[in-house]
Amino acid sequence: MSGHYEAPIREPLIIGHKTYHDISEDIARPIEERAGKLWWISFWIALALFIYGFGCIAYTIGTGIGAWGLNRTNNWGWDITNFVWWVGIGHAGTLISAVLLLFRQRWRMSVNRSAEAMTIFAVVQAAIFPVIHMGRVWVGYWVFPLPNQFGSLWTNFNSPLLWDVFAISTYFSVSSVFWFMGLIPDFAMIRDRAKTPWTKRIYTFLSFGWGGKAKHWQRFEELSLVLAGLATPLVFSVHTTVSFDFATSVIKGWHSTIYPPYFVAGAIFSGFAMVQTLLLVARKVAHLEDYITMYHIEIMNIVIVVTGGMVTVAYATEYFIAWYSGSRYEDFTYLSPGAATGPYWWAFWALIICNLVVPALFWFKKVRTNIIATFIIALIINIGMWFERFDIIVINIARDYLPSSWTMFKPTIIDVGVYLGTIGFFGVLFLLYARTFPIIAQAELKTILKMSGETYKAKEEEDEHH
Amino acid sequence: MSTTKRIYGMYADDDDLLNGVKAFTDKGIAIAEVYTPFPVHGLDKALGLKKTRISDAAFMYAVYGLTVGSLVTWYTMNRDWPMNIGGKPSFTWGENMPAFVVPMFELMVFCAAHMMSLTFLVRNKMYPGCPPQNPDPRTTDDKFMMEFVTDNVDAVKQILIDTGVEEITVKDA
Repeated sequence: MSGHYEAPIREPLIIGHKTYHDISEDIARPIEERAGKLWWISFWIALALFIYGFGCIAYTIGTGIGAWGLNRTNNWGWDITNFVWWVGIGHAGTLISAVLLLFRQRWRMSVNRSAEAMTIFAVVQAAIFPVIHMGRVWVGYWVFPLPNQFGSLWTNFNSPLLWDVFAISTYFSVSSVFWFMGLIPDFAMIRDRAKTPWTKRIYTFLSFGWGGKAKHWQRFEELSLVLAGLATPLVFSVHTTVSFDFATSVIKGWHSTIYPPYFVAGAIFSGFAMVQTLLLVARKVAHLEDYITMYHIEIMNIVIVVTGGMVTVAYATEYFIAWYSGSRYEDFTYLSPGAATGPYWWAFWALIICNLVVPALFWFKKVRTNIIATFIIALIINIGMWFERFDIIVINIARDYLPSSWTMFKPTIIDVGVYLGTIGFFGVLFLLYARTFPIIAQAELKTILKMSGETYKAKEEEDEHH
Repeated sequence: MSTTKRIYGMYADDDDLLNGVKAFTDKGIAIAEVYTPFPVHGLDKALGLKKTRISDAAFMYAVYGLTVGSLVTWYTMNRDWPMNIGGKPSFTWGENMPAFVVPMFELMVFCAAHMMSLTFLVRNKMYPGCPPQNPDPRTTDDKFMMEFVTDNVDAVKQILIDTGVEEITVKDA
C-alpha cells in the first residue's frame, strides 16, 4: 500500500467507512431519488423570480434603457454593478478546479464540480447585463469582428470593452468545456446504473460512449492537466480585463493601477463566499456531509480570509491615497473621507462592514468551523461585494468634476426586477443541475479514497504502530 | 472452429489489478484492454503505454490561435482601415500590439482548449450518443476489468486466479 501513503497529520477528506461502490451510490442518489419538498419550494420561488425578471428584460428591450434609473451623470448603474458582481462570483469555480489542480490540492475534488457549475451559471447571468445595456440587442453581434456592409467598419481592438467581450466569452466557453470533459466519466457511471430506458438514453447521449479504457484515462488526465494550465491564466485575465473597463478610463476613482490585482482578489473572495452559500445547502439536502467535510468548509474559509485581507489592504491604500494626495477630486472617489461622510455614506459603510469587519471573524477557528456562522458570513460577503461594485460605479460618477451635474442615482422597479430575475435564473439553473448532474466528481474522488479515506488512514496508522 | 477466445477477468481492487497486470507483462502475455472506474495510478506504466501526445497537439493549437489573433488585429486595425483611437499608434502592428494583448491571449486559449478537447474525443472515438465502450457496466462503478484475446485460455485463466481475480468470463472472439 506504499503508493497510497499520505501523512497521518492530514485530516481525512472522505469520512465514514466508504468503498468505491458507496461513493457511486452516494453521488447517484440525488439524481435517482425523487425531489424533496425543499427542492420544489426553492425551484418555484426561483422560477417566479426568473419569470418576473424576464418580463423586466422584455420591458427594457421594448422601451429602451430609459426604463432604468440611469441619468446623464450616472450613465452606468445597477446594470454594470450586477455584471461585475456576477463575473466575480464566477471566479471561484475555475480557480478551484484549475489553479488548485496545478497545486495538487486534493480537497478540491469534493467541491470543484459544483463550483464550476456555479461559475458557468454566474457568467450566463453576467453576460445578460452588457447585452441588454446595448439597448438594441438584435445588433449585439456587432461586437465581433465580422466582415460587414458598412464599408470598412471593424470593431475597435484598442478598447477594453472589446477586450471584455473576448475575455468573458472565452472564459465562459473554456470553463464549460473543462466542466463537461470532467463530467463524461461520471455521466458514464450514471448511465451504467440507470434503470429506466429514458434515463439510460439521456446519459448514454451525454457520456459520449466513455468506457474507462486505460489509454483513454491517460489522455483524460493529460487533457485535465493542460486545460487546467490554460484556465489558470484565464481566471486571472478575466477579472483583470473587467477591471480594465474602469482602470483605462479617465474617471477619477477608476483610473487606478491597483485595480487588476484588487479586482481579482475581490472576485475570488466573493466567489468562495457564494460557493459556501450554495454548498452548505447542497451538502445538507443531498446528504454529502461525508465528502464535503468540516475540513473543506474551514479551508475555504481560510481562502476567504486571505483574499479578504488582500481586499482590505487595497481599500486602505485607496483611502489613504485619496486623503494624502490632497486632491479635491480624490475626495469624491468611492474610498475617501468624502465618501464616508457624503450622501452615499450608507453604501460606503455597508461595504466596510460587510467586506472588512464581518469576514475578519474568520480569523477565529471557532467561527471558521461553525456551519451557521459560515453560512451567514458568506451571505454578508455576497452583499458586501455587491456594494463594492455599486460604490465603484455610482459613488465615483455621481459626483463628477462639474458640481452642476452632481446628482444621485435611483434605481427603478425595472432595475430591481432585472437583478432579482438573474438571481432567479441562476437558482433555476443550479437547482436543475443539482437534480440531474453528478454534483461531486466521483471518478476523481475514488482515486483519493485509499489515500484520504478515514478507514484507510486509520488502517495505515495502525500498521505504522506495529 | 477457431480456438481464439475473448477472456474477461474482473478484479475488485485496483491494487490486485496492478499486480495482475504486472504478472501478465512479466510472462509476456498481451493484455488487449483494461477498463477501470477511475484513473489507476501507475497503470499506464505497468501496461507500457506510450506517453500521449495530445499536449503537443494543444501547443500547436495555441500557436494557431495566437497567429489568428495577430492577423485579425493587424488586418482590421492597421491594414484595412487604420484609425487614430485615443492617440494609440496605428501605423504599424508592432507599435499598436500592446493594446491587442488581451484578445490575442484569449484567442490562443480558446483555440488550444477547444481543439484539444475535440482531438481527445476524436482519438478516443467518442461522440454524443456513442454506445458504451465498456463490456460490463460494473467497470464504471467499482470493478476493474482486463480483456484478453488469446488462444492460450488455460494459462491466462490460471494467472488471473493466482492474482486474485473475482470473476472470469470466456467468450468466442
